[in-house]
Amino acid sequence: MNALLAAGNAPTTFEGATNTVAVLLLLTEFAMLRASLSRSQVHLYAVQSFLVSVLAVIVAAARDLPELYALAVVSLLLKAGAVPWLINRLLRDARVEIAGSGAIGVASATLLSLALAGFGFFAVGSLDIRSRFLPHAALGLSVSIVLVAFVLMIVRRDVVSQAVGFFSLENGVSLASLVVAAGMPLIIEVAFLFDLLVAVVVFGVLMRVHHHRTASLSTESLTSLQG
Amino acid sequence: MTVVLILPALLPLLPAAAALAAPVRVTQYLTVGSGLAAFTLACALVPHAGRRDLHTGILRADALSAVFVLATAFVYAACAAHSIGYLRHDERARDFPRYARRFYLGFNLFAWSMLCAPLVDGLALLWVAVEVTTVVSALLVAVDNTEGATEAAWKYVLLASAGLGVALLATIFMYYAGSQALGQTYDLAFDPLMKAAAHLPPTAVRLSFVLAVLGFGTKAGLVPVHTWLPDAHAEAPTPVSAMLSGSLLAVSFYAVLRYYQIAATTLGPTFPRTVLLVFGIASLLLAALYLLDQHDIKRLLAYSSVEHMGILAIGVGFGAPIALAGVLLHVLAHAAAKGNAFMGAGALVRAYRTKEIHRLRGAAQVLPWSGPMFLAAILALSALPPFGIFRSEFQIVAGGLDSGQYGPAAVLVVLVTLAFLGLALAATRVVLTPAPASGAGLREPGEPSVWMVVPVVAGLLALLVLGLHPPTDLAHLLMRGATELGDRS
Repeated sequence: MNALLAAGNAPTTFEGATNTVAVLLLLTEFAMLRASLSRSQVHLYAVQSFLVSVLAVIVAAARDLPELYALAVVSLLLKAGAVPWLINRLLRDARVEIAGSGAIGVASATLLSLALAGFGFFAVGSLDIRSRFLPHAALGLSVSIVLVAFVLMIVRRDVVSQAVGFFSLENGVSLASLVVAAGMPLIIEVAFLFDLLVAVVVFGVLMRVHHHRTASLSTESLTSLQG
Repeated sequence: MTVVLILPALLPLLPAAAALAAPVRVTQYLTVGSGLAAFTLACALVPHAGRRDLHTGILRADALSAVFVLATAFVYAACAAHSIGYLRHDERARDFPRYARRFYLGFNLFAWSMLCAPLVDGLALLWVAVEVTTVVSALLVAVDNTEGATEAAWKYVLLASAGLGVALLATIFMYYAGSQALGQTYDLAFDPLMKAAAHLPPTAVRLSFVLAVLGFGTKAGLVPVHTWLPDAHAEAPTPVSAMLSGSLLAVSFYAVLRYYQIAATTLGPTFPRTVLLVFGIASLLLAALYLLDQHDIKRLLAYSSVEHMGILAIGVGFGAPIALAGVLLHVLAHAAAKGNAFMGAGALVRAYRTKEIHRLRGAAQVLPWSGPMFLAAILALSALPPFGIFRSEFQIVAGGLDSGQYGPAAVLVVLVTLAFLGLALAATRVVLTPAPASGAGLREPGEPSVWMVVPVVAGLLALLVLGLHPPTDLAHLLMRGATELGDRS
């Protein structure tokens, strides 16, 4: 433990591995932002959730926290299995392939997200929040993921992108919890996950209702309530 | 004494189960029974929580939680009775049994989650409970399956979930802060966290508090993250609107208060109070302006909720003990008054079949009970004596002057008066302007159902009791709650 913290300039294998996975998480978030097929967005979300589980396993092994193995399994089953399956089923029924267009172009959205991700990374990096479990950079990356997820929810105009945006926001929070709260009791982590599952079911019901009503998954018609 | 703690957290599950199988009538009466029992238990909780903290398993009640349980249970009971009258109108529809099953299942689960939120021990469980309130109420907003309801439900579930995502981040950072004093693995329970609060790392607590205000504030309807609120309140069935406004917003504000308690101990009171003051004044300002020109009667009441959440935030921001006691009284009085106002609006909407304010005229003749009582509820909401909100807002303003915050106190008084103008103009026009002679589409004068009148009378009585002479036990409870919220450092 101390040896790892005192490693100084040369990063250890563990630090390198965790940082790489954390960066990959952020990159999948960016990929979701540019994906134009709803199905590929859902696949990217599954990949991202899988990476969160991988990270949990790495932390569990390197820091000797056996509870995190269980969390990794539950998280994998729910977020890389059940959630994408539910949304994919909805997409099959809706027979809609292409995600709604963005309110701004992909290039502008990416630039905006880059700026926000940089802001999140450096702002949190400048705070004095030290982790005993993960390298410091991962916390900044988790906040970047949350901010880019917000961009995804804001600029995309279809229910699938917005829902996937919310679910991936939750992945960003999971990363943060692995960084600074890895010791959290398993029961609480699992309660969080099942809450997410309930939320997914409700999202699914409302997406279905929306599709029945408008015969599309676009949110552009949702403008009647104002003032 | 653990009964008064455990039962309210279980009771609503009974009618929820009944909704799945039993006939509609049975479910309705069971729901009313469960509401009344929950309210009785909450009243029984008041004297105990006024003296000491109760604790059993994962449940815990102090004076602060008792106030919110009392408000929620009252609104639950009132709306349960009101819903019988409200749904009578639909009873002949072909798919009514199916609709009623969904409605009462959601309604009771919603009440259950809101009663659990103030009773669970710990910030993690609190987040879980608040998230459950979101998902259940989103389905309730959509239950009417109209175009507006679908749109409102989608906006609501997306914005509230995103807000709660931020609140989850706040929970994680608070966990990190706590782990510096309590060790790697602990369960975020309140008592140990409060005991250790003075020794937590300030940066993490500061970050956590701001994220919590933003995250839970989304659900409490604080500006600028209130945008889902008018839509959801206007499009939900009226009993659900009353529960959203009277208790859901308060329960979310309760979550903010828990973070406030910790932040005020760790950081000293100045920073958290300033944050709440800024959010509160922004909410009050925007709501007061929107109230001046509203065309939809339920949106009018929704903006009035934003106004009152702003007043709560400002009251905590003042921080003087009298203001804090006023805030807790305000939670109770607002629950009764806003419940009444929504139920009155529900009766109006049922009678006139429109939510447009300019088409609602002569309510005093058309609805001899609901019309005048709607006006009384609006006057109570505008803090006119002798109702409870007068007393609570008076205390909050007095607290502001007491703590030397003359500017914000003056702003509060001016904006509340502006809001009063908007609300009172709209409501007096609806109730007192005679109906046009043609009266197109109007029914015969008379109340649609006695079930829609009784809960409003009860709410009016509660407002009078709170305004004229709050019971001694309740006064003790409010004082103790104010102490819990006040300076501990």
